[in-house]
Amino acid sequence: MTGAPDIAIDVKGLTKSFDGRVVVRDLSMQVKRGSIYGFLGPNGSGKTTTIRMLCGLLTPDSGEGTCLGYNIRTEADQIKRHVGYMTQRFSLYQDLSVRENLEFVARIYGLNAPVKSAREIIDRLGLHGREEQLAAQLSGGWKQRLALGACTLPSPQLLLLDEPTAGVDPKARREFWNEIHALANDGLTVLVSTHYMDEAERCHEIAYIAYGELLTHGTVEEVIEQSKLITYKVSGDDLQKLLHQLDGKPGVDMVAPFGTSLHVSGRDEKKLEAAIKPYRADKKFVWTRSEPSLEDVFIELMNRSKDNFQ
Amino acid sequence: MLSVLRQPGFWRRVRAMLTKEFIQLRRDRVSFAMIVMIPVMQLVLFGYAINTTPRNLPTAVLLQETSDVGRTILAAIERTGYFKITHRLSSAEEFDQVLASGRVLFAIEIPAGFERALRRGDMPALLVAADATDPVASGTALGSLNRIVQLALINERMLPDQTQPLFEIRSHARYNPAAVSSLNIVPGLVGTILTMTMLIFTALSVTREVERVTMESLLSMPISPLEIMVGKIIPYIMVGFTQAALIIGFGVLLFGVPILGNLLLLALLSTLFIATNLSIGYSFSTVAQNQLQAIQMTFMFFLPNILLSGFMFPFAGMPGWAQWIGEALPLTHYLRIVRSIMLKGSGFAELQYEVLALFVLMLVAMTIAVTRFRRTLD
Ligand SMILES: Nc1ncnc2c1ncn2[C@@H]1O[C@H](COP(=O)(O)OP(=O)(O)OP(=O)(O)O)[C@@H](O)[C@H]1O
Ligand SMILES: [Mg+2]
Repeated sequence: MTGAPDIAIDVKGLTKSFDGRVVVRDLSMQVKRGSIYGFLGPNGSGKTTTIRMLCGLLTPDSGEGTCLGYNIRTEADQIKRHVGYMTQRFSLYQDLSVRENLEFVARIYGLNAPVKSAREIIDRLGLHGREEQLAAQLSGGWKQRLALGACTLPSPQLLLLDEPTAGVDPKARREFWNEIHALANDGLTVLVSTHYMDEAERCHEIAYIAYGELLTHGTVEEVIEQSKLITYKVSGDDLQKLLHQLDGKPGVDMVAPFGTSLHVSGRDEKKLEAAIKPYRADKKFVWTRSEPSLEDVFIELMNRSKDNFQ
Repeated sequence: MLSVLRQPGFWRRVRAMLTKEFIQLRRDRVSFAMIVMIPVMQLVLFGYAINTTPRNLPTAVLLQETSDVGRTILAAIERTGYFKITHRLSSAEEFDQVLASGRVLFAIEIPAGFERALRRGDMPALLVAADATDPVASGTALGSLNRIVQLALINERMLPDQTQPLFEIRSHARYNPAAVSSLNIVPGLVGTILTMTMLIFTALSVTREVERVTMESLLSMPISPLEIMVGKIIPYIMVGFTQAALIIGFGVLLFGVPILGNLLLLALLSTLFIATNLSIGYSFSTVAQNQLQAIQMTFMFFLPNILLSGFMFPFAGMPGWAQWIGEALPLTHYLRIVRSIMLKGSGFAELQYEVLALFVLMLVAMTIAVTRFRRTLD
């Protein structure tokens, strides 16, 4: 057993390739017990692969680490007992009803009263009246809720949730997150991958991964701070034209429209100021210096890592 | 291996697994229908083949003497409806030739001096050669011949009525000397139907979970490959048992197949055979990458079972290498078991070797399955 007792996940140098292509490269991360850890990154960046390595479903090519104090290479059996893994694609039995699915899980984990435990979860998740419905007939939101129920049922110490709210409406999403916060309050550790920025902001800590490499991690504030990104918000008419004029200029690392305004960001303050100077004089536009949003930071990180990658 | 069975919660997890499989099976209407439809349909199909009284089978006759007795015999033969005299021959060469060409299924020869020998009570021989490539047809027809001809002779030719046979029918089944009797078919059918359905049921069980991505969830739960296998096999043992009971029951009811041996022993050994096939099917599903491959493997395995087990062709008549392959197939051993118990009344002592063989095959399949089962998604 390695790692401090207050660390739920502690891995170093995880690397995994498929057919000679490196999908996760030298990834290290630490997740504190009782925290909600957001895991972000573009499609195909290796989030699912990392999560699978954490719960013993994939063997890393190299790298070491522990999950709940158990070695991820050698103690997968113990990890499985204490970790609830919610897969990205719904992977419970479509031809079993809500109740049957939950009772199956309860029995596999050897719960003493599987029928009662399943009933409690049904009550807690508000799946009432749907317990006899086949999983295949549930809408996306209810499926996610059932899947969350199934992986919290055996009272795990760690939840690995892989894009649990993809394709779920905002209200259901909010309820889902309230549930996750309630679970974390009870001492559960939650690692959750997501593409939504608002969800990232509800996490205690986040990590951003692109092209298999962990680019940054920390609290939302820390991540923004670390990015050293200077951002200007521009509002006014004809922003589209401005976007084209600024795009690719030296010093301007990123321009992107956000609603009715344009975000112009750069890492080097002097160069950025020089680049935008001619346009600041234009009375059509209102320029305000502001904090970069999380999304600005991520997109800039991704662009930069793509440059390194190629 | 046995110590695993005593691990805490082993049977609880197995039970969870098999309950789940049962529910899924019940919901899968097509599979569920197959359980009943396959045995009944096959039995009725084959049953027709058994029951179809052969009609008007082309027959050649070679009369070496012209006598009233000869004419009576021919008339009686035609009256059975089984035979239709299509060729009248004049020489022994023609006799062989016409059979070999396949233009007739039977050739009957009444030798010279038949009537005189008959009246003297010398028991002359009536020669009947049959093309036994279709043993079911030729067997039934031949079986009826003796009695009918004898009756006709007594009634119409005023030969003394006596229980002693008046003449001898010297029949010769060509091309398939060990003509399979129709009674052999129902017991054989039990084995073939079980082989097919059992293989298919489990051959899909793992690949289906992989293709429906439920395997990812299952693998992230604390259940071992052995528990998954046992949990997936047990429900189908019950299914197979139901099928076996259906086929044997129908066979007894519709076709009067006897069960001379011990019914309990038959049930027990049938269960072993069912478990062996399920294990083999399951091992296919752990090796195959997808459901299509699993089905292909099943058929690759099914075909030799049909051809080399002694179901189609007499086992003893096969070349040595084919017999070796046959010995490695569960159906071969089960056919011996089921035929011996049903038709000969054999007991356990005579079947020890077959039982051992089935056990070995089952253990080999299970070992392959458990070791080949992929515990990760790598
Ligand atoms: N079993 C596998 N065999 C081969 N390649 C794989 C396998 N699993 C994943 N990959 C590849 O690895 C890369 C990373 O995949 P992964 O699923 O981890 O990404 P992700 O971050 O979860 O993406 P998304 O946000 O779309 O879910 C992808 O390019 C994918 O094609
Ligand atoms: Mg993913």
